[in-house]
Amino acid sequence: MAEENILGTQVEYEKVQYMVIRLGDEHYGINIKYIDNIVRLQHITRVPKIQNYFKGVINLRGEVIPVMSVRIKMGLEDDVYSNLSRIIIIKIEADAAIGLLVDEVKEVITLDETCIDKVAHDIRDERANFVTGVGKNNGGLITLLDMNALVGDKEQA
Amino acid sequence: MDVSQYLEIFIDETKEHIQSLSDQLMILEQEPENEDCVNEIFRAAHSLKGMAGTMGYKRMQNLTHDMENAFTEIRGGNMKVTGPLIDVLFQALDALEQYLTNIQETSDEGTNDNENIIKAINDIMNDQLGGGGAEKKEEAKAAPEKKEEAAPKAEAAQGKWSSISLEEAQSHVMSQAIAAGQHVYGLTVYVQESCILKAARAFLVFKAIEELGEIVVSDPSSQDIEDEKFEFDFSLYVVSDKSLDQVIAAAKGVSEIENVTGAEIQADELGHIDSGSSSSTDASEHTEKKQTASVAVSNAESSDDKKAENKPAASGGAKKPAKAVANRTVRVDIEKLDDLMNLVSELIIAKNSLVSATNSASDGDRNQAVNEQIEYLESVTTNLHESVMKVRMVPIESVVQKFPRMIRDLQKKLDKKMELYMSGEETELDRTVVDEIGDPLMHLLRNSADHGLEPNDVRIQRGKPEVGSIILNAYQDGNNVIIEVKDDGNGIDVEKVKAKAIERGTITSEQAEAMSDKEIVDLLFLPSFSTAKQVTDVSGRGVGLDVVKSKIEALGGDVSVKTKLGEGSTFTIRLPLTLAIIQALMVVVGDEKYAIALGSIDTIEDVPAADIKLVQTKEVMQLRGSVIPLIRLSKELDMESKKDPNDNLVVVVVKKGDNQAGVIVDDLIGQQEIVIKSLGKYISGSKIISGATILGDGEVALIVDTNVLL
Repeated sequence: MAEENILGTQVEYEKVQYMVIRLGDEHYGINIKYIDNIVRLQHITRVPKIQNYFKGVINLRGEVIPVMSVRIKMGLEDDVYSNLSRIIIIKIEADAAIGLLVDEVKEVITLDETCIDKVAHDIRDERANFVTGVGKNNGGLITLLDMNALVGDKEQA
Repeated sequence: MDVSQYLEIFIDETKEHIQSLSDQLMILEQEPENEDCVNEIFRAAHSLKGMAGTMGYKRMQNLTHDMENAFTEIRGGNMKVTGPLIDVLFQALDALEQYLTNIQETSDEGTNDNENIIKAINDIMNDQLGGGGAEKKEEAKAAPEKKEEAAPKAEAAQGKWSSISLEEAQSHVMSQAIAAGQHVYGLTVYVQESCILKAARAFLVFKAIEELGEIVVSDPSSQDIEDEKFEFDFSLYVVSDKSLDQVIAAAKGVSEIENVTGAEIQADELGHIDSGSSSSTDASEHTEKKQTASVAVSNAESSDDKKAENKPAASGGAKKPAKAVANRTVRVDIEKLDDLMNLVSELIIAKNSLVSATNSASDGDRNQAVNEQIEYLESVTTNLHESVMKVRMVPIESVVQKFPRMIRDLQKKLDKKMELYMSGEETELDRTVVDEIGDPLMHLLRNSADHGLEPNDVRIQRGKPEVGSIILNAYQDGNNVIIEVKDDGNGIDVEKVKAKAIERGTITSEQAEAMSDKEIVDLLFLPSFSTAKQVTDVSGRGVGLDVVKSKIEALGGDVSVKTKLGEGSTFTIRLPLTLAIIQALMVVVGDEKYAIALGSIDTIEDVPAADIKLVQTKEVMQLRGSVIPLIRLSKELDMESKKDPNDNLVVVVVKKGDNQAGVIVDDLIGQQEIVIKSLGKYISGSKIISGATILGDGEVALIVDTNVLL
């Protein structure tokens, strides 16, 4: 939709809002349509003998919700909990919530298609499997996460 | 008209009607004369027809229409319930179920017209109605006549002549005549109502018939007829060597005779009359009874036609027993129930919060007030819990009621005589459980029928009753429901199982030697272990008891078997009453809290560390004479125990069927009612954790499934 129409006025680009989070030194974007809630770090109950990238479960207003470490899933170092750590509750399907453990939640940005570059898939890079593209925002680069790939049931243990 | 919104109701109700039809047909097969049954079937078929018609399912409507027709005739006494008819009707039921399945899946009834079934029903009807020849036609004619008359005179279902009471000598004469190659006819002569000299006409008829044969008996008697003591018809039995048509023609030849009907009487019919009534008085009594019965029924029908459904028993006299009360059911959307469950869950969580609040409070007075609140809250939640559970509970009847039919079919298929006895159908279980136990139970029943019961001749040889018994028994036992499937068949041949297991490499022969009979029998529950010598259509496809076992275990229950060679086997299924809220023992392992379902706990023991022995490098302990294995929960859960290894050990003795094991935990917290929450679909791989629950302080505690440990 980047072309101009006959009248010469520019067409609206499709705009998508992303929640920017931080993992280590990198910034990542999560499409906000998946986000149900953001909660502070609370006690995570360890569940023995499960996939290593699951930290355990938390109680969110009476519901038991599994918490996943995005870092471990993406092959980064283990999480270091701090005051800034947050759990982002994602709902891809109804009745199947999952919490993502992140180092920090920064801000919400709006990107249109012109600001997003697709990245070539590099099979050797584990992280690339979970990335849909890279967004440019005020000079900074934000890696946009593919939520379906990140939390999908595909066994990666 | 858009009827899709009624589809669900239609499906539900159709299911009910089909089930009712099936039940009633089963009864009717045993008691072909049961009028209640016939009426019930007629109503169900009629309702089905109407519903199918409304919904636009023409094929279904046609089929039920023919079923209804058949039962109209049976109700009218024009048709008898016979074995072939029942078989066809069962086929029709299967066809209806097929339609229903199609409708459920695609909301279309499919394209199978089931013409063969419709034809079979009609053939039977034609056989019974048309095949009887003049006799039946006369009846059909007599029936409307009867209705036209204001006060219907009692008429036997057969022609009028059949109500003549025969003396032994007379029936003897007729039997002999038949034996001698002559024909015996029953005749009824109707004189025109305008006829003035009835006696004279009758005399002429007698004379005309006597030219062709011999009148054995007449009703009224010839004397009464001469004296004109009869209405407008009289009946006779005639022995003749001429054809029926000739005899009738002769009688019709007399003027002012309205009509003559008749039929040939067969020797066996005479025999039937004979044997059914040793003396003539009996015979007439028998006929009279029949007549009064039919009068009573027709009276009932005409007097309170509309209300007849409700109280035919009252107006029909003592003949009918009290009508069975229709099963009152409430359909509740399971989603609404689940919402209710969630509310209850939260209430319990709230209660738990209050409990933990009290524990930390120091102020004495406030403490007491809170305590009172807790007590109140506790009673409320308990009541609420119970009432909600009751809503979720359904009797297992809905599942087991289809089994008699299944056994009936198996009986034919396997050619073995067997009887299914069921008890405890009213036992209630959580709905989710009831929905799931149908298949396992069906499997066990088939197993009993196919492998358990011996063929009839073998049973007789062994001195057992020829008809094998299968018993399905359900009852509540504490927090569990027990369902037993028992048969008095051959039992399980342990040696055969052993041989098979060794042959398949499941166990080695050395292992087999060391195993107890019970352990061998338990091998049957391993995947793909079928001992049927030949694979039959009924069972023995290799998917067998292991499926039963895994299904039951998925429901939180267990299945065990007791067997005695030559005497039969008993499969026992134990199921929890409910799945959502359980009583649990809270334990501490390391610095984590876990819940163990109280239902699986036998006892709790305090064991000195020195009492633990090693057998084959495994820890065991002695408990009241038996040696039980020990499991350190900390190890199973990848957790460091925080206890001094020299301290006494806290051992929770858990059971699974007849097996026991001691689970070593660090400490006990106490008993608590917990709400089971799923871990969600993302987490996998943790078999030992069956779920989670939320404690009073908001913390999540995991539920340990001790069945996995054993």
